[in-house]
Amino acid sequence: MTVKVASEWLNSCSGCEISIIDMGERLLDVLKVADIVHLPALMDNKYFGQLGDGTHLDIPKADVGIISGSIRNEEHLEVAKKMREQCNIIIALGTCATHGGIPALSNSYTNEDLMDRYYHTETTDDDGKGYPDKEIPALLDACHAVDEKIKVDIYLPGCPPHPDHIFKALVALVQGDEIKLPEKSVCDTCPTIRGGKGKITKIKRFLEAPEYGSADEPLDKMQCLLEQGYLCMGPVTRGGCGGDGVLPRCISARVPCRGCYGPVRHNGNQRLDMLNALASNGINIGSLPESVSLLRFSGGHGMLRPGFKKKES
Amino acid sequence: MGKVINIQPVTRIEGHASISIELDDQGDVADARVNIMSLRGFEKFVEGKPAEELPRIVNRICGICPWMHHLASNKAVDGCFGVTPTPTGHKLRELMQTISHAEDKLLHFFFLAAADFVIGPDSDYAVRNVIGIVKANPELAGQVVKMRQMAKMILDKFSRKTIHPVAGVPGGFAKPLLEEERKDILGKMRQILDFALFTMDFAKKDIFPKYIDTITSLGVINTGFIGTVDDEGALNLYHGKLRLMKPDTSHVEFAPEDYADYIAEKVVDHSYGKFPYAKVWDEGFSMDLDNPKGMYRANTLARINVADSIATPRAQAELEEFRDQFGRPAQATLLYHYARLIEEIYACERAIEILEHPDITDPNVRAKTEPKAGRGVGCVEAPRGTLIHDYSTDDNGLITRANMIVGTTHNLGPINMSVNQAARLLIKKGEYDEGSLNKIEMAVRAYDP
Repeated sequence: MTVKVASEWLNSCSGCEISIIDMGERLLDVLKVADIVHLPALMDNKYFGQLGDGTHLDIPKADVGIISGSIRNEEHLEVAKKMREQCNIIIALGTCATHGGIPALSNSYTNEDLMDRYYHTETTDDDGKGYPDKEIPALLDACHAVDEKIKVDIYLPGCPPHPDHIFKALVALVQGDEIKLPEKSVCDTCPTIRGGKGKITKIKRFLEAPEYGSADEPLDKMQCLLEQGYLCMGPVTRGGCGGDGVLPRCISARVPCRGCYGPVRHNGNQRLDMLNALASNGINIGSLPESVSLLRFSGGHGMLRPGFKKKES
Repeated sequence: MGKVINIQPVTRIEGHASISIELDDQGDVADARVNIMSLRGFEKFVEGKPAEELPRIVNRICGICPWMHHLASNKAVDGCFGVTPTPTGHKLRELMQTISHAEDKLLHFFFLAAADFVIGPDSDYAVRNVIGIVKANPELAGQVVKMRQMAKMILDKFSRKTIHPVAGVPGGFAKPLLEEERKDILGKMRQILDFALFTMDFAKKDIFPKYIDTITSLGVINTGFIGTVDDEGALNLYHGKLRLMKPDTSHVEFAPEDYADYIAEKVVDHSYGKFPYAKVWDEGFSMDLDNPKGMYRANTLARINVADSIATPRAQAELEEFRDQFGRPAQATLLYHYARLIEEIYACERAIEILEHPDITDPNVRAKTEPKAGRGVGCVEAPRGTLIHDYSTDDNGLITRANMIVGTTHNLGPINMSVNQAARLLIKKGEYDEGSLNKIEMAVRAYDP
């Protein structure tokens, strides 16, 4: 049997679409069972008809609708609603779609703040005519996760989601099986050595290489990066970034986790949970240079707001 | 005013855009515009963040060329903190960058652009795509998928995370390259170089000659060009001086940190994206097709136009053949595809050169840094053009100011002009069809935006 698939990218960077392509030769297998009816990154189906003279935005009907990116402007919202209308199942693909992602860091600012900076940089030729407003969709009040605006059936977080998970989800959908994705934290999947509480009292910035033996020493011989004093978001971040049977990606590059799979539970708060984890281990949270960045992947759902930073400090 | 044709979204490109074509009462093109549809505000929301975190934040500007943003950002932070990366740290960064270029160009040529040439610009839109190519030529498609995947998985396996990389760090690179990894990557890059040479031959025999009339007419405009060159004037993707060339090939050169003296960005009413122009030419800004002002282009064709030569032998031979046929600077927009395949060869050759360097497995890959107040400008050549990240920091190493000019941005004015030219060429007296609208999009796709 084949499944009709429609795919859309909203306020996104294309990384999720590239992760789909990174399924590699498995993509060719997927194409045998998936009939892709709409996918602007690779196919020429248009919103307003192929002659560009339609009056209403249209997307073909599909069994499965995949949406990457957050919802930032009126066009994103219109496309998301049309996708919901036309697709039986909606998958939120990637952390922008599930939690707002990096662009939701903009939620600490008003749209005016963003435009005042972007249209007044040192290279901007400001002729005083105001900001663009013709033939472009107006920005919404904030950068929203997809489920703030439409119902989502399946969440595939990750920045980007690992191709193994995308493949697994698509295969399960075609076969009518339940989709099983990792639900543990990054720490639960990380083999580094942990000694226990109480050895460090403050967080250092990641400005030098962590300690480990020789270059080819396996990860299970390195001491936990958090215990080495570096901020690592592993305890409060959903695991699975390494795909099937692979170690956490960043940590295996000897670089601490920053939380790209979003909170362990869908509605968790990575900032609050991390500050709690640090404090309960006797670490002075005042040693962090700032804490807005702890929500850098999950600032949607009203987690970050204009003025939030000021109130905190 | 007559009717408006909305090509929305522009498809088989790497970002989000639409085209509006306004027809007059006679059905001729009155104006055509390219709209960039959203604004994310990176320049604002990175303020107050620790500078060393930026390479892991701003790479989200683009999921197709995240290595470029990651590395330009690392170079900018090196500048803010006054740290000089170790020699091997620089080489590993450049290795990742060149392999990423090699992967990206295969992706663009075969997955996005090729359908217009292999399936045909006027063919049914439902099969005019990579899936159509898979069905029409499964052997070639299988080979493309395999080679592109090989390049991508080199990056993935060594750096551990290649979409939104983390292995570049201020002061160098996060992990050294082991000898067995070096041998493995070298063998794979030689295979990818062979495939790059095959692709060039295939395009020169089966594609470019067939479409030579389209190539020399569609989207053709007259502009200057920008790109990075080394001290000998040869093409370089990772470091060097910026060369800004006028259509008559006269040029100025400058250090990346002086960019604001040479280029400026115009705010236009129909696009969130700003439109850069060559401020240093002192002629203002105009996208008039007959008399453009300040317009210059970036990306592959621009780089091979501004470079006197290419420092690797196979790519140099291709450059010479290209120049014999099309001159310097070549202005025909669809030649971006040809230039892309020349750069594909360079990227493979350069990656092999780096892998053969005796220092490449040196474990000293990262210099220690301290946060401090400063300014840094990081510049690399992204697949889509010259990429500039410019940051300032306070005493605690937090970002106080950021300005970024992203590769595709340089081409927004020229893309707008090429669309206008193509629309006027293909839509007359209200007559047009799906094929002509797709050809107008081909003028956009050449720029790989």
